[in-house]
Amino acid sequence: MIKIEKRNDVSPSIYFLTPILAIFLTLFGGGIIFYVLGFNPLEALKFFFITPISDLYGFSELLVKATPLCLIAIGLSFCFKSNNWNIGAEGQLIFGGIVGGGVALLFYGHDGFYVLPIIILAGAIGGMIFAMIPAVLKTYFNTNEILVSLMLVYVAKLLLDYLVVGPWSNPEGFNFPETRQFSESARMPTLFDGLRIHAGIFITLITVFLSWLILYKTYLGFQIKVSGLSLKTAKYAGYKGKTMIIIVFMISGACAGLAGVGEITGPIGQLHRNISPDYGFTAIIVAFLGRLNPVGIIFASLIVALTYLGAETAQIFLQVPKYTGQVFQGMILFFLLGSDYLLFFKIKFLGLKKNEL
Amino acid sequence: MSFDLNFIGILIGAIMASSVPLILAASGELITERSGVLNLGVEGMMIIGAISGFALMVITDNLFLAVIGSMISGLIISIIFGVLTQSLLTNHVATGLALTIFGIGMSAMIGKNFVGIPGKEFPLLFVNLKENIPFLGPILFGHSVILYFAFLLPFLTNYFLRKTKIGLIIRAVGDSPTSASNQGINVTLVRYSCILYGGAMCGLAGAYLSLIYTPQWIENMTGGRGWIALALVVFATWSPIKVLIGALIFGGITILQLHMQAVGLRIPVQLLSALPYIMTIIVLVVISRDSRKIKLNTPTSLGQIFYKEK
Repeated sequence: MIKIEKRNDVSPSIYFLTPILAIFLTLFGGGIIFYVLGFNPLEALKFFFITPISDLYGFSELLVKATPLCLIAIGLSFCFKSNNWNIGAEGQLIFGGIVGGGVALLFYGHDGFYVLPIIILAGAIGGMIFAMIPAVLKTYFNTNEILVSLMLVYVAKLLLDYLVVGPWSNPEGFNFPETRQFSESARMPTLFDGLRIHAGIFITLITVFLSWLILYKTYLGFQIKVSGLSLKTAKYAGYKGKTMIIIVFMISGACAGLAGVGEITGPIGQLHRNISPDYGFTAIIVAFLGRLNPVGIIFASLIVALTYLGAETAQIFLQVPKYTGQVFQGMILFFLLGSDYLLFFKIKFLGLKKNEL
Repeated sequence: MSFDLNFIGILIGAIMASSVPLILAASGELITERSGVLNLGVEGMMIIGAISGFALMVITDNLFLAVIGSMISGLIISIIFGVLTQSLLTNHVATGLALTIFGIGMSAMIGKNFVGIPGKEFPLLFVNLKENIPFLGPILFGHSVILYFAFLLPFLTNYFLRKTKIGLIIRAVGDSPTSASNQGINVTLVRYSCILYGGAMCGLAGAYLSLIYTPQWIENMTGGRGWIALALVVFATWSPIKVLIGALIFGGITILQLHMQAVGLRIPVQLLSALPYIMTIIVLVVISRDSRKIKLNTPTSLGQIFYKEK
């Protein structure tokens, strides 16, 4: 007999163990999918999850991809914790990239230590402003933030497309849809020769630390968490709901904007059509997998970054499309959400009692 | 003059064709949402429908099987969403997002071997009437059977929701699952059915794209239509007839944008392409501003988890 009972309290160990369970289930599910598609599942999984990080270059690539993912997810955790569904981080990333990139082009040919910080600041502000659109519309016009933030992703993508094809395209670029390569002063310094890992990782780490401070050590963080748990309680306590919605969106947008500017001044070095392989959407998964907890998000970003690398390796070795990474990303989130059931319910396996026989 | 009139007729016909996937997906999602379930996986279910329809067409060479198969695939993929949100009580928003991400990835994996294969001609009805009657001909005739179904669907949905007992049950479940449950209605079963129906309609919408509208398989070919369909449901304040009107407006913008590009108007292409998205936002603002008005029609329990203590 199986009996399902509601738990009265959630044990913290299960809370952080279920993500690990979800990862194992995803590997298992991925193996089945590879098997159905006619691959040797173990070999395919090896190409996906082990080959990409078996050398130093691969490990550096892992960090290059985890850097923006972690940063965006940290920002999103503010929104999600307070029950605000910002799913347009991709748009905020792109808009941050556009503003930062615009400033970088403005400073084209300039030298000076001040150039890069200004670009980074511009990117953060760009993302922040873009995120304020759904926030302001939500607070003053009662508009659904999910749809607005999402529609803005397409607007940002098309704006970027317009700029790199039209006014900002490289004058010596033979009409390729890209801008000039930024000057050296506008580039994020790399940490080691021959590896792409760049100083953006410090921005991410500092942001993680600051978020931890805000979320767990300040009154604002407390308000955010209370609003997430119970909107009624928050109202009763007299928290200014509208201001808080705008603040969490600003934080989240600034983080996404920073991620965007980190990408264009780091590994990319210019603006073109595809400055982000959907980091903004994938970061949503990272935020959940990390349990909206700053430290959890660091680990989650490494795991999800691996699905990006794995998809690239598998594309080369197994000739599967690069979208394969999304299959794994989707599955992780499915299994994670599904295993949350264990948090709230106990499954008891009871022996048959005598009177039932 | 008659040529111009005929051209306008052709234009309207094209607008109708481009609105079909939106009508189908949005009508399906409308039923799902009316039962209180918010499924953000429309885009994922559509793309799965698109690839399964196309793949089945290539493999079986039978368009009927392809269309039915796409609906079944949409339905199957929506079962994942159903099990998670209804049986395992997961958050609707996050689960729907996962479904979209998963669907796009999965469709690309399945579709790997179908890239570059030309589609098959889908039979169109009353083609000779289309050519012989000016203006009205291209509007009313020469379409696929799916288009006629799509234009009928909002009226059927409206009748179903308002006049039938099952329609009433669905609305009751969406507005107050607890009272519905106390009346002896199996809320979970009703919601499961609505999710599966939504999945099937999204699958059909996808098949329309890959079999009729642009008969071929391209990775990510739904291109955000699923999200527009979701916005349309809100735009229509959960009324099926308004879904039809909204879909035509969006179809109109899409076609207008293509024609303005062709005519060579000096407006950036990207601005025109962004119009449907900007329009959605503006419309959302206009209809949401009055919170009483939107609350009147919104299913009260939309997106909320229902758990019955056993």
